[in-house]
Amino acid sequence: MFTIINPGFFSTVQDEGRWGYQVYGMPVAGAIDRYAYNVANLLAGNQPGAAAIEMTMLGGTFRFNDSRLVAICGADMQAALDGAVVPNWSAFTVPAGSELAFGYAVSGCRAYLAVQGGVDVPRVLNSRSTYTRAAVGGLQGRALLKDDVLNVGQDNEADVTAQVLAAQYVPSYGENISLRVLLGPQDDMFTADAIQTFFTGEYTISNEADRMGYRLEGPKITHVAKADIVSDALCLGAIQVPAHGVPIIMLADRQTTGGYAKIGAVISPDLTKLAQAKPGDRVRFQKIEDREAVAALREEREAYLSIRKSLQGNITTGNATAARLYNVTVNGTVYSVEVKEIL
Amino acid sequence: MMEAKFLHAGEQGLVVEFGADISNETNAKVHWLAKELAQRSDLAIREIIPTYRSLLVYFDAVEISREHLCHAIKKIMAEERGVQGGQAQRSAKVIHIPVCYGGEFGPDLVFVAEHNDISPEEVIRIHTSTPYLVFMLGFTPGFPYLGGMSDKIATPRLDKPRVRIPAGSVGIAGSQTGFYPIESPGGWQLIGRTPIKAFHAESAHPFLFAAGDYLQFKSVSMEAFQEIRAQVDAGSYIPEVTMLQGG
Repeated sequence: MFTIINPGFFSTVQDEGRWGYQVYGMPVAGAIDRYAYNVANLLAGNQPGAAAIEMTMLGGTFRFNDSRLVAICGADMQAALDGAVVPNWSAFTVPAGSELAFGYAVSGCRAYLAVQGGVDVPRVLNSRSTYTRAAVGGLQGRALLKDDVLNVGQDNEADVTAQVLAAQYVPSYGENISLRVLLGPQDDMFTADAIQTFFTGEYTISNEADRMGYRLEGPKITHVAKADIVSDALCLGAIQVPAHGVPIIMLADRQTTGGYAKIGAVISPDLTKLAQAKPGDRVRFQKIEDREAVAALREEREAYLSIRKSLQGNITTGNATAARLYNVTVNGTVYSVEVKEIL
Repeated sequence: MMEAKFLHAGEQGLVVEFGADISNETNAKVHWLAKELAQRSDLAIREIIPTYRSLLVYFDAVEISREHLCHAIKKIMAEERGVQGGQAQRSAKVIHIPVCYGGEFGPDLVFVAEHNDISPEEVIRIHTSTPYLVFMLGFTPGFPYLGGMSDKIATPRLDKPRVRIPAGSVGIAGSQTGFYPIESPGGWQLIGRTPIKAFHAESAHPFLFAAGDYLQFKSVSMEAFQEIRAQVDAGSYIPEVTMLQGG
């Protein structure tokens, strides 16, 4: 069990998403940065799909009732455990009664907190993901609030210990990102010049950027004739271009269907970069073909396997840079003691 | 021979598009293929989203190649004979939707009547006279895109959309009709409200109807509305469902 001392700007319970109900108009939701979310679960020894907390821009503060392994990944929100800095992309033990506090994101946009066992909220349509627009899933269908109490489940599977993720698996979040795009399904509704503009222009992420989608600003993309289509389904990463000519990239909380022409879709392994981008960051698009896109997907999956292997190889050694935390009770008061190697 | 376009929607999305129109014929092909593919566990399909005139098939692109999947779908289509003819029109479910028309629930009923030079009673009579096909669901959980409304009550959207439309509101937008399952913004002309919930997350059957079903609206009094609402809240309301025989 743990308590929300301060929820931060916008923190929700998320898992892999509510797949299987888009036929009924139910958006998928789920962790918007799949990579950081999955790695957090791996570090925490959880099964894939265990629910975690997703924080946005400004993180929250959490008090833990029981000693427990937790992992943090994604945006660097300057996490501190009872005032002592803890490394990002790491797993560590939070002693009973301790407080884990996140600040604002100094790099990236969304941070994930996975607790060993997973966050236990009721499953709604087979998922614990929060979809706030319809008040579905998560904790009462809403973002976390001060004094909320969350239970921990039993979605752990691997015996892991406190450690920091190997540097090779830690992405760096820049203010200029490049996203690979597969054209379709309505790229034929745009002029050749428009497609050229799309792939050579630089776009800026506008303030209208949330879990539903990111509206961009930049060079206008013109349609051959009209911008509207007979509504069809919106895939994850779909790039809609309404009549105003600036693209909107559809993300986790996207509506299942839409009525604007879609020039293409950002390939899913690249959505981690967009999920960590903030208003004002710049985006360029790069055209790729199907074979390269599938290769990128395969690489992403191989990375998870290799991370899992590396964590199990590291199981008893921990990491020299990770502080070890001990719980010491003195006169009935629990203190957390941090032990670091002094080089 | 059934024709379709095979288009990309990301590396794991395949769009099978049967046309660019809104028609029962095109939509019947969509739902036919969705049903066929739902029975195939060998194609690494994760989810299928049927819409007016196309399907989005999410598949695991590492498990199966796009070429292989397209080939399998073309084979299914080549072997099909009946869907384009009348005999493919199977019997369909009709879900009856009670609606309290006009008054505070239908603030635009008088406008819809005046716009079409008929009385409000005539609008209600026409709106309840025929079952509407659910072409697809989208926009919000459980929101039906319906086909088949008479042009005699067609009315353009509001110039300025409302910020909040209560759940259950029944409206008209152009020649479309439908109702809002959850509170949302929207620009439809509101003619009434239903007490039933098209989407109820906690229920054993969270969605009242599916694409391919029909909805038939039925005019009820305010008293009946309140009575049904109480049953819906208690979880004891059972909607009336009949069968529409096709062919």
